[in-house]
Formats: sequence, C-alpha cells, structure tokens
Amino acid sequence: MPLFEIRGLTHFFGGLKAVSDFNLTFEGGELTGLIGPNGAGKTTIFNLVCGVYHPTHGEVKIGGQNLAGLFPHQVTAMGIARTFQNIRLWPEMTVLDNIRVAHNYKLSYGFLDAMFQTFRYRTAENGIDQKAREVLEIMGLRDYGEELAKNLPYGLQRKVEIARALVIRPKLLLLDEPSAGMNLGEKEALIGLIRWIRKEFNLTIWLIEHEMRVVMNLCEKIQVLDFGETIARGTPEEIQGNLRVVEAYLGKEID
Amino acid sequence: MKQYSLTLLAALFFALAVGLSWAGALSSYSQLVLMFVAVNIMMSSSLNLINGYMGEFSCGHAGFMAVGAYITSLLTVWFFTTGSVFGPNLLPPAWATVLFPFILLFGGLIAALVGLLVAIPSFRTRGDYLAIITLAVNYIVKSAIENIQPIGGARGFMGMGRVVNGMQEVVDIPWMMIWTWIFAFLTILLIKRFVSSTYGKGIIAIREDEIAAEIMGVNTRRAKMIAFMLSSGLAGMAGGLFAHILGYINPGSFTIMKSTEALVMVYLGGMGSLSGSVLSAVLFTLMLEVLRPLQLYKWVVVPLILVLLMLFRTEGLLGHRELTDVFPRLKRFFGSREKVHAAV
Repeated sequence: MPLFEIRGLTHFFGGLKAVSDFNLTFEGGELTGLIGPNGAGKTTIFNLVCGVYHPTHGEVKIGGQNLAGLFPHQVTAMGIARTFQNIRLWPEMTVLDNIRVAHNYKLSYGFLDAMFQTFRYRTAENGIDQKAREVLEIMGLRDYGEELAKNLPYGLQRKVEIARALVIRPKLLLLDEPSAGMNLGEKEALIGLIRWIRKEFNLTIWLIEHEMRVVMNLCEKIQVLDFGETIARGTPEEIQGNLRVVEAYLGKEID
Repeated sequence: MKQYSLTLLAALFFALAVGLSWAGALSSYSQLVLMFVAVNIMMSSSLNLINGYMGEFSCGHAGFMAVGAYITSLLTVWFFTTGSVFGPNLLPPAWATVLFPFILLFGGLIAALVGLLVAIPSFRTRGDYLAIITLAVNYIVKSAIENIQPIGGARGFMGMGRVVNGMQEVVDIPWMMIWTWIFAFLTILLIKRFVSSTYGKGIIAIREDEIAAEIMGVNTRRAKMIAFMLSSGLAGMAGGLFAHILGYINPGSFTIMKSTEALVMVYLGGMGSLSGSVLSAVLFTLMLEVLRPLQLYKWVVVPLILVLLMLFRTEGLLGHRELTDVFPRLKRFFGSREKVHAAV
C-alpha cells in the first residue's frame, strides 16, 4: 500500500478549473518537487490535501485512509504537516510557544484537566515542554526559545516553521516555497537542512519551489503543473529537457 | 516560596476586606464599591479572554451577565423566600448559605450555554460580523427578559435581598463580600490556567493566525466554543453576584452600556493582559465613583478618557504584557514560571 496517494484530484473555484485530474503516489521516503508558473494551482493542491478546501472530485489518501471531509487539524493528526508560502508563524508568541501549540493535534488532556491542573495535565505539559525544547535543540534554535517569533530574522523564522511542522511527527511534510525570500547563502543552508531532516526524521517530503537551483539540486522527481494540469513528470534532467515545460515558463516561439 | 506570594497577597487582601466589613469599619457604601470592583474584575478579565487573547470583538458581554443574574436570582428567590411570584419557599432559607455558590455556578453554566449563540456563528464569521452577532445576542437577551412578564419584565425582579438577609441570619458575616471576592479570584485563576495551558494557547494562535492554527493541529471550533463558553459563563457568575449585591435587577442594567463598560475596562487595561484587566477594573470602578459628583457629565469624561487612551496608548495600560513584564522588579516578589520576552 502506498504511503500517500492522490487520485483524480479536481477542483473548481466557481467556474474556474484550478486543478484538473491530478495524480500522485508516494511509496514513502521520496523527495519530490511540484513546480509550475505562478497561478498554476500548486498551493491549491496543498490546500486541498490539508483540508483547507474540499476537492470537487477525486480522493486523497494517506496510509490507505481517505481524507475526504476531514478538518485541517484532523488531517494534521493523520500525519501531514506543512509550512506556508508566506511564513505563518504566530508572531506575538514566543518561539517555544509556537512549537508547544502545535502539540494540540493530539492532546492527552481536556478542558477540566487544565482548569484543575490534574496530574494528567501536568505530565502532558511537562512532556510537551520537553519535546518542544528537544526540537529547538535539534534545529539549532535553542537560544531563541524565549524570543517572540516576529523578532527572528527571516531565515530563522523559516526554520522555526519547519520545526513546528516536525513536532507533529509527520509522515509527509509539505513545504510551500521554502526558499522564498532567501539569499544565496540561506538557500544553500536550506538545501542542507531539508536533506538532513529528511534523513533524521525519516520523512517523505513534497515541496513547491520556484527556485530552480533548489528544486534541481534537491528533488529526485519533479511534477510540473500549468493551468491546473500536469504537463510533465520525471527526474530533474528529464524536466530540464522537456519542451512543454520550457514553453509553460517562457512561452512559445511564434513561427 | 515566590510563586505563592501572589496567593498570599490575595489572601491578605481578602481577609482585610472581609474582616473590616464584618467589624463595621467599612461603610456600607465602601463595601458596595469594593464588591463592584470584584464583579468588574470578573467582567473585564472574562471579556479579555475573547477580545484580548482570542482577538475577536465581542461587544455583548452584558447579555451573558443578564442571563446569569436572572437565573441565579430566580433560583434563590424561588428556593429560599416566600413571595408572590413563586409562592412559599421550597427549602429552608438557611440552606442558602451552602447552596448559594452552587446556584451561582449553575447560573454561569446556563450563561455559558447562551454563549453558544455566539460561539457557533464564530466558526464561520469573524471580526466586524461577529461583533454584530454579539451585539444582537445582547439585545435578544435583554428584550426576551423585558417580555417575560411573570418575572417582572421591564420592571425588574427583586427578592434577592431577603435571600442574603436569610444567609446573614444564620451566620452574621458579610456573605456577599466573601462570595464576590472568592469568585473574582477564581475567575483570575481559571483564566490564568486556561491561557497558560497548551490547550488554551490555541486561542492565542487563533488570534495570531487562524488558518495556521487550524492547519497546525488546533481544533479551532472546539477552542472557540470553549473560550466563548468560559467567558460567558464567568460573566454569568458575575451577573449572579451583581444581582445579589444590589438585591434588585432589571433588564435596563444589562444594556449595551454595561457591555461598553466591560469593553472600556479591557481596552484600558490592555488586551491579552490579565493583570491589566484586574488593574483597570479597579481603576475604572473607583474612577466612576470619584466622578459621581459630576453626575451626567461623568459620561462625557469617561468616554473622553477612552478617546485619549486610544490616541496616545492604543495598546492600553499594559498591552499584551503582564505587570511583571512592565516592572521586572516585581518578579523578585511575585515569581511566575513564565519568562519575560526579551526584546531584540
């Protein structure tokens, strides 16, 4: 059984076909890229997977279980975590709290436990605190734990966002343009980081990326989207030589 | 030791307030003001949960107060007094001493259920639209009470004074002073516990970025429901206490004006600051009393203060910070496990 499967995913926004018959299978352990010109429907696909939108047709399965009709937080609990194109940390919360709150996906205590600070509450909170600090330690963010998220430099905010996603112990990690807004040095570091977390956490990673240097360097397979349709898929070399992809990005030559 | 100093201070204050009232050292007017301070602390800190911590704009807080006030008053009067509305008392009046806090909790519970009227629309709506819904709920509650004639309608409802007197006949201590401050401290404690738990921090994440909160595993619907119910439940209990302090309530006490007072206190103290809410409830209640000689002009001066506040200090006295963040030296005396956020 494949780890993750999308079959015939189609989505309309009103009369606009944003995604059309999208298919994808991950056996587990892949690092795959999703590219395409602006407005091709890449982020829409991520949103469909996460439960932000519900697809018009088609199905998304993780570990054989259908995600249809689930709320985003339920999808998260199934083992899909993501980062966002524009960083979406909780800016006025500390880095540590950003990480802690992500533990809400499976909380072992309820409202009354919190009100009475029961034993169950205290053990759970201690566990969360410890895990949050561990993740920060692993990601090299230990010194920033008490800092407000908004005060961190851009590159570190990305890192915190990835750390927050890792807390969920995802099987599948979706990265939406992780290198957006980074300079060359930061991009190099990011490539290293993604390779490292993939090995460390045994992840399957699916990423949207505009920066060809990052995609071609990182991904083993690439799928290209244009106007919601898959126009090519293959290894980075195959994609680079694909005429339709070049046309989608640069336009057709007029004879 | 340090983390108990705040509890100790609260206990000292409580003992002093109750002791002085009991000994007759405080005039009944000062006692009344002191009790209103407690009720206002409950109102402002419970509203802060929604407007400050969750970042919604609820402007119908008095509606929940009204529900709690009426439910508890009806129950105590029905149970413990003989009157024209409910006939002879069901239970011996002396039992009120023991049952009063439970009736208060029950009133809070019903107010929490009415809070669902706001919580459920909040799943799909936010900001201005939700504000209008909260306003509507305030009016619905007020108009509903006005039109239920058996409980007095617009004329109001009374008899709670006899309940309190009945309690005092059993043991002559300042019962209402005791209960208002116990419940005020309880409110502070519960809200503090809620917003410092990972569970409750979910609502802060909703304020900061709702979509990210939902995608990163926060059950936003449940979080909103819990927050609205906790907030309106506490307001309901504040209402129950308010009714028993005054001995008389009418729907006119729970208009948008009352909601506005709660809003003013939240914004004066600072959104998302619990100590700010407490501080501003104290300041605001005292200010209203000090300005009482101005009579009608009070309602010119108070809003003017709010206008000035919004112009010169938008974030309130302590916006998003606690007293210990503003005056770090307090930490030496009042320990807290939360650390200060060092600014870069």
